[in-house]
Amino acid sequence: MTVGLLYDSTRCVGCHACSQACKEQNKLPGEVQEQTTAYTWTVVKEHQGAFVRQLCMHCIEPSCASVCPVAALHKTKEGPVVYDADKCMGCRYCMLACPFEVPKYQWDRAVPVVGKCIMCYDRVKDGQATACATACPTQATVFGDRKDLIMDARERMRSNPGTYQEAIYGIKEVGGTGVLMISGVPFASLGLKTGLPEEAPPMRTWQVLSKIPDFVAVWAASLYAIHWITKRRDDVAKAEGAE
Amino acid sequence: METSVRQDRFRVGFWTVMCAVLTLAFLVIAFLRFTKGLGAVTNLSDKFPWGLWIGFDLLCGVGLAAGAFTVTACVHLFNLKDYEPIVRPTILTGFLGYIFVIVALLLDLGQPWNIWHAIIYWNHHSVMFEVAWCVMLYTTVLSIEFSPVVLERFGFHKLAHLIHKFITPLVIVGVCLSTLHQSSLGSVYLIVPSKLHPIWYTQLLPLLFFTSAVGAGLGMVVIESYLSGRTFGRHLEMDLLAPLGRVMVAVLSIYGLMRIQTIAHNGAFRDIIGLTYEGKMFILEFAIGVLAPVIMLAIDKIRNNPTGLVMGSFFAVMGFVVNRLNVSVTGMERSAGIRYVPSVMEITVSLALVGIGMAVFALACRFLPIFPEAAPARRQKRGASPALVPAEEGH
Repeated sequence: MTVGLLYDSTRCVGCHACSQACKEQNKLPGEVQEQTTAYTWTVVKEHQGAFVRQLCMHCIEPSCASVCPVAALHKTKEGPVVYDADKCMGCRYCMLACPFEVPKYQWDRAVPVVGKCIMCYDRVKDGQATACATACPTQATVFGDRKDLIMDARERMRSNPGTYQEAIYGIKEVGGTGVLMISGVPFASLGLKTGLPEEAPPMRTWQVLSKIPDFVAVWAASLYAIHWITKRRDDVAKAEGAE
Repeated sequence: METSVRQDRFRVGFWTVMCAVLTLAFLVIAFLRFTKGLGAVTNLSDKFPWGLWIGFDLLCGVGLAAGAFTVTACVHLFNLKDYEPIVRPTILTGFLGYIFVIVALLLDLGQPWNIWHAIIYWNHHSVMFEVAWCVMLYTTVLSIEFSPVVLERFGFHKLAHLIHKFITPLVIVGVCLSTLHQSSLGSVYLIVPSKLHPIWYTQLLPLLFFTSAVGAGLGMVVIESYLSGRTFGRHLEMDLLAPLGRVMVAVLSIYGLMRIQTIAHNGAFRDIIGLTYEGKMFILEFAIGVLAPVIMLAIDKIRNNPTGLVMGSFFAVMGFVVNRLNVSVTGMERSAGIRYVPSVMEITVSLALVGIGMAVFALACRFLPIFPEAAPARRQKRGASPALVPAEEGH
């Protein structure tokens, strides 16, 4: 079972209870900020009367975890993508790689670490819902098995014709995400990234990386062969010269 | 004679002072970085996490050190023994280039004391993991390749000879590692198909990075031969260096064709024809880095003329730098939604590292047998200032 979140923009009233609950759960300092930062892992944005949450999408094949040189980020078997600050060397490749621009950095600290939503992994591990879903007064954010959430979203679309856009955001984007979103207005007008590839980006890297062992073997052998030939040619020339 | 001595002295004095000032500034900035954080010294932000220190110091530092593996391969694997005299200076450049990269990373990384974690926490799906290992191993290879120079200087000839015996496998390992991480720096950007502008994003990035590094790396070999020639009163070995110009024409032509092909494949020509911001930056990159050196170095008269050869190489290197900055900065700006301009402190650090690198190169040339056949007679002919002549001169 892979867990996830379903966010329904039409139910959201923009009360920011999720952002506040997230701060308390993850002991993040300061007030809830306008944008997501290393200290505010989720915010609610308003776009012409429609709300949208910003948080880690918990990709099925996360780019951030695939690029991390020290595996400080990793996809748990339950679904959340979590971060181990003690392993991190601070290269920020995760920030560059994330198609949703989720990981944020502590630019103001001498010893900075990455900050991002970890889907309340400590709670989820124990079978509890995330803090944001628990705090939501209108059930705009619900927690559950990703498969059930997809069925739930489809059910809402069926029983409320004309209310929702036809698609579920997160089904196909970059190979699918643990966080799913439905909305009454087009996703692009909510500021969500559209036009993302359906193939998970880590595949593109792996296509190259997986060929390296074979390449090295062939390349090293070829180099040695060239060396052998040129040296042999030299030796022959010398021997002929000596005769 | 008198005036030329004074001029030499002035030049040395000016650069020494510049270098000292930059080093001091570097130390102050490093102190600020480790007390107030990256935000206090850089213009990096959550929207733009990688800036000049990655785009220039890392990508260009590694790329421009490519002359080392190219020339060692020519001499030790392709048996082009004529190039023996320039092996040592190119290995030294390569070695200093990697040290430059590592020092820059120590400032740029959030927790540089964890840099060794790549040794114990493996993630073989990460290009950065592979680059980290290659850079670590290749820096080791370069230091072993360079060690005979130091060993000879201090009279450990037996040990130097022993290392020389293992030179072939060592060079093969070095070439393999270089091929891997030069191309992998391009693979680093394969993960951002939705962020990097289509003028630069292509599945061929690893191949393009490797090819352009070989081209620009050879350009660096010509330039450093020229610079050390000027400093140490040696002539440009035109009979050796002009053929490198010919190789650069071939390499950069292939690279240029691949570039055009990938842009056509991505349908990104409309940005170039439409002269968008990205289009203009590409034209700049392509004109300096490919067209200028290919045309100049293809003409025998220009290539066989020392100034022409150095200028052609200089364009290739500059174009290479613009390309790496385009991939790491220009091409990422539209998706980030902001313009990134490096801070004065970021630029100062990069300049300081270049300056310190050149100073160390010059010092090494003076005190170590880098140019074994550097004739002292030539030095005197040029009238090098006494300050330039090492104390050990005449041994």
